[in-house]
Amino acid sequence: MKNKELSAQDRLILSKKNRRLDEVRGKIYVTAAALIMISATIAITIFLGSKGMQSFITNGLNIFEFITSTDWNPVGENPSFGAFPFIFGSFAVTFLSALIAAPLGIGAAIFMTEIAPSWGRKILQPVIELLVGIPSVVYGFIGLTVLVPFLRDNIGGIGFSLLAGTIVLSIMILPTVISISTDALASLPNNLREGSYALGATRWQTIRKVLLKAAMPSLLTAVVLGMARAFGEALAVQMVIGNVRELPSSILDASATLTTIITLNMGHTTYGSLENNTLWSMGLILLVMSFAFILFIRYLSSRRKI
Amino acid sequence: MSSKAWDKIATSIFGAIAFLIVAILIALFGYILTKGLPVVTWDFLTTPSSTVRAGGGIRDQLFNSFYVLFITMIFTVPLGIGGGIYMAEYAKDTKLTGFIRTCIEVLASLPSIVIGMFGLLVFVNLTGWGYSIIGGALALTVFNLPVMVRVTEDALRTVPRDQKEASLALGMTKWHTIKTILVPIAFPSILTGAILASGRVFGEAAALLFTAGLSTPRLDYANWNPFADNSPLNVFRPAETLAVHIWSVNTQGIIPDVEQVANGASAVLVISVLLFNLAARGIGALIFKKMTASK
Repeated sequence: MKNKELSAQDRLILSKKNRRLDEVRGKIYVTAAALIMISATIAITIFLGSKGMQSFITNGLNIFEFITSTDWNPVGENPSFGAFPFIFGSFAVTFLSALIAAPLGIGAAIFMTEIAPSWGRKILQPVIELLVGIPSVVYGFIGLTVLVPFLRDNIGGIGFSLLAGTIVLSIMILPTVISISTDALASLPNNLREGSYALGATRWQTIRKVLLKAAMPSLLTAVVLGMARAFGEALAVQMVIGNVRELPSSILDASATLTTIITLNMGHTTYGSLENNTLWSMGLILLVMSFAFILFIRYLSSRRKI
Repeated sequence: MSSKAWDKIATSIFGAIAFLIVAILIALFGYILTKGLPVVTWDFLTTPSSTVRAGGGIRDQLFNSFYVLFITMIFTVPLGIGGGIYMAEYAKDTKLTGFIRTCIEVLASLPSIVIGMFGLLVFVNLTGWGYSIIGGALALTVFNLPVMVRVTEDALRTVPRDQKEASLALGMTKWHTIKTILVPIAFPSILTGAILASGRVFGEAAALLFTAGLSTPRLDYANWNPFADNSPLNVFRPAETLAVHIWSVNTQGIIPDVEQVANGASAVLVISVLLFNLAARGIGALIFKKMTASK
């Protein structure tokens, strides 16, 4: 009721002031939110970077040896820290799962956009969303209780293997590959298809010679994003891969990846000890690889023609 | 072989791939539900878990999952919406904006275990909180923020330009326009995105292993004092969530009925995520209908 005593002019000035204050407050709020994202990214890089370098700087570990040596024996008389088996394991599961997921994912995308655009999409779209919705521990658990015994009984080895990790991961990254490939193919201009059909090409010829070539950079992006996800996945792989420190000699051998060793040993080692520090160095490798994947995807998208 | 025959072969291969993917999904869900649902009884949901004996339930883990999710969303939603508004309405086409975009991209693509390690370093060790719900929630916020920002930005960008311009033409200030015109119109999409993100957070485990921990203290659900050690509402206590529980009983546990517990917990987890997805569609559509004249 106080407002009524003020003159009209006062009220206008007051509300203008309020508005201006409101305006400033709003801007501060959204800018702060944006700054928090920058600071989170920088903080992650700095904290993990400095902590990850500790084993080389404070403990004097040879960085070259850490990356290339295959001898991982952190608790022995003469401890040695060669992380190569784990780096190899990470890259192996990543590439192998991409090898499975890429044809399946791109194939499904082609089915949805080219073969059966009307009903194919209606069926596969919810399927993809449901596959994304299954948490990674559940994938790991099913891998552990179904896939591992199946491999042990039917294919050989102890079941816990590079192959088991690869299969679990390829199903996990399938939705990423499918949805990005579908977007890529669906966004191709229709006159590409019509032009090809007008020349008398069959559907398969059109797909193979025109559409796949035109969409190639985007399809590669889809696969690389899937690989980035596979490289960083921890728990599902950890449950099925066996976690041994030796280099696997076949796809049926148990193996380990950077993420699985970190998951397994972070809780069991003393914070600040050399073994613990090497885990942080592995974390730093994961961070660096994640930057590398982003750079590669940027490179690919700069090459996109259409 | 003629090109027509090749075309037929290719078509059937693509059909087979699509069929295979649908079959994988059906097999996964069939397995989870047929194995898990018989275990999920009222008793299973309401008894605390046991570390050594059989017959434990998932009461505390279930509560922890929802509570961690709730705390995470308290941080994520305002920050994510603010960031999204900034990107959609305030950010000019400068180097800084490009840098923020790169940051969002980096945060979105970081492996969750790396975010968990960052959380261990900062929210567990540096702050001295130890394993805590709040540490876990902050780590999950880092993990979830880029999603929320993207959802908000996309939602704001789909608001018709006319509506924004009409508001500005009436003399409304920028922030007032955003607050009273843009955000309400974009609200259904933002909400849908937020619920979908919740589903993702609900099933996340790797980021929580080193931040919220692998254990839960003995809880007294009658104690609502958020500062008491045994209160479920205390945010500074360690909390094992459902997803983490599935991992830990399988890899570190010694209980004899591991498979039972894990089956039941997986079913609960998957059904919850499914409900999140359904709710996201349902609520978004419902609010859109209420707010607009469309039928």
